[in-house]
Amino acid sequence: MTATRRAADTLVIVIVLLAFWQALQQVAGSTALPAPLPTLAYLAQFVASPRFAASAATTALELALALALAYGIGLGFGVWMGAHRLSGAVGEPILVALYSLPKITLYPVVLLIFGLGISGKVAFGALHGILPVALLTMGAIRAIPPVYLRSARALHLSPWQTIGTVLLPAALPEVFTGLRIGFTVTLLGVLLGEMFASKQGLGYLIMNAMSLAQSEEMLAVAIVLFVFAAIANALLLFIEHRLHRRA
Amino acid sequence: MTGPAAPREVHAQLNGVTRVYPAAAGQQPVHALGPIDLELRKGEFFAVVGPSGCGKSTLLEVLAGLQRPSAGTVTFEGKPVSGEVAEGIGVVFQEDASFPWLTVADNAAFGLRRSGVAEAEVRRRVDDALAFMGLKDFSRAYPAQLSGGMRQRVCIARTLVLQPRLILLDEPFGALDAQTRLLMGDEVLRLWRRTGATVLLITHALDEAAMLADRIGAMSARPGRFIDIIATGWPRERDSTIVADAAFGAITAQLWERLRGESLKALGHSTMAAMAAE
Amino acid sequence: MTRVGAIRLAVVVALIGTLEFFCRFGFISPQTVIAPSEMASALGSLLATGAINADIERTLGVIVIVIVLSVVLGFAAGVIIHALPRLRQALDPFFATYYAVPIFIFYPVLIAIFGLSPMPIVLIGVATAVVAVIIATLNGLDRVPRVLTKVARVHRMGTLATAVRLQLPAAAPYLFTGIKLAVSYGFIAVIAAEFILSPAGLGRDIADAYANFDNRRMYALILFLLIIATIVNAALHALDMRWAERRSGGRS
Repeated sequence: MTATRRAADTLVIVIVLLAFWQALQQVAGSTALPAPLPTLAYLAQFVASPRFAASAATTALELALALALAYGIGLGFGVWMGAHRLSGAVGEPILVALYSLPKITLYPVVLLIFGLGISGKVAFGALHGILPVALLTMGAIRAIPPVYLRSARALHLSPWQTIGTVLLPAALPEVFTGLRIGFTVTLLGVLLGEMFASKQGLGYLIMNAMSLAQSEEMLAVAIVLFVFAAIANALLLFIEHRLHRRA
Repeated sequence: MTGPAAPREVHAQLNGVTRVYPAAAGQQPVHALGPIDLELRKGEFFAVVGPSGCGKSTLLEVLAGLQRPSAGTVTFEGKPVSGEVAEGIGVVFQEDASFPWLTVADNAAFGLRRSGVAEAEVRRRVDDALAFMGLKDFSRAYPAQLSGGMRQRVCIARTLVLQPRLILLDEPFGALDAQTRLLMGDEVLRLWRRTGATVLLITHALDEAAMLADRIGAMSARPGRFIDIIATGWPRERDSTIVADAAFGAITAQLWERLRGESLKALGHSTMAAMAAE
Repeated sequence: MTRVGAIRLAVVVALIGTLEFFCRFGFISPQTVIAPSEMASALGSLLATGAINADIERTLGVIVIVIVLSVVLGFAAGVIIHALPRLRQALDPFFATYYAVPIFIFYPVLIAIFGLSPMPIVLIGVATAVVAVIIATLNGLDRVPRVLTKVARVHRMGTLATAVRLQLPAAAPYLFTGIKLAVSYGFIAVIAAEFILSPAGLGRDIADAYANFDNRRMYALILFLLIIATIVNAALHALDMRWAERRSGGRS
């Protein structure tokens, strides 16, 4: 099975999906579900508009801040729980339990604590992202062969040096997987936050378009977000594979 | 009972059998086996030895009906074998094929339960087989709790329960340590005598073949063909202590003499193979 | 209980206790967070009056429908795709990216099409969970040792018998992982959908309580959902651990 044949097969699937979309539109009527071509036309001109740019900027800012928090706190917890056996054993089930909880139930609490502005969405997004980063970092640190640590001690490295020059590079591939998954869930958290009690951002844009029955705008924003997330994920995956190969 | 068995009727037969694997993307077709001519006599113990990759497993699978030959015919009890495993044939594979979700007893009963035999009879035969294989105390354990050797015994028990007339064993003891293999060899001999079945054993261990079999087929490197078939002449009542017999050493030496060159070929040392052929 | 388990319990109790202390002594305003004991008593009275029973039935009912649909459709699709390698390869990029994109933002579109009924919630729930089940099914079927299919033929079993009596039990641990994921994703998607926009359900209840500044009711409901979700996930996890032990002891 050559690469071009595989690409062609996937293209066939894409065409089938578009055809399905077109068929669905006949059934649902175009106020509810616009057809593929009109949607793409709308998308092309909407993406250039200032209204879109403002919302995208807000979401981007919230995402960046949330990621910084999620990565920072997640890595910190992950390294600590990975290196310190007891903390890891005690904390892992707690983190795993938190991971599968519907965190949306905690969103009102986040709003009460952080208010209705940007900080609420940032906190909510970070809340989502901390868990996979911490869990995967912890796993990565635990998987480091003990001989590395013995070598670090034999070389008289300080604890901070050990972490920075031995632990993190050795754990990097798997840590990066955590960062990639963290990106995905943080984005989702930020968008969810914007869909409720919010006046800014792409999530708000979608809800607003829905209340005004502007289906083309809803779909356009959704498509933009899908494409953004897919590309970002592909990039991170690419880096991740390079790291794995080097390891 | 002493002395070699008198020639008996033919139980299974391979005539001009070859097996060629079709070409994968961008590669040549692989001529894995043959042409092979083999007559298995009823109730005999036949071993097949040869270098790795020579097609021994393919031979077994073609005989069992798990693969179709590219050319030639396969018959069992006078009827042609093709594409389906005939009734009366049992197979024990090299990999552990015990089902982890069933107890040892349920594993052994598996094939029999499906054939509509009454439950009481199933249980009788299973108890019998497990006792025979020394697994009675473990009938309610799960395979994950047993050692590798014991799991293989479970697989053998599962075959035994069906009372097959032809038993095919594909390097069943490959994953076990040397001492366990000798003991398992004894088990297989007991199995053979108890069931009166015809047994075909694939092995890469020459001493194992020399010890267990009535006749041994030595296969060449790929594509595998029989370069010699050696009769051992052992009495039916034999066990692993036969390794002390002078004839045992002679047979093993003879096998190695035939196979050394082929093994080198299989390893890919073409100049050394030329030297060995001198 | 093991030493680690005891420490864990102590940590959780200490955290709750600290929160209780801070709330009781006014360091945290009740307008923000109420004391855990308050939450529990609020939940108690809410359950006693039966006021939220209808919502509980509705939310849990929708979740169960989502789980059942996702598992059944996901298994079926997984089995079919596994049998068609070319289709599987063509679908591979979609499966790889599916959980990288925020599928949930499609929910408003579904509301626009289907209106404010349970339908869009069920659809978004299934959309979120089903692919995890498909992927788990594919993984599980991949890992059925090839020797087992040969054993099936030695016992002269037909395709259906082989699938049901050999492939299904052999793949079961991985299929169970798929069920675990379907449950967890189902919960998350349904409650998020109810929260964002829905005519009824516990999620909608929480959103209303928040909008009405009714903290007692809000926290009671949050506590209820968190307890249910934790119990269900923990039970599935425990089952998974028990099966994993039986399968993998010593096998390599």
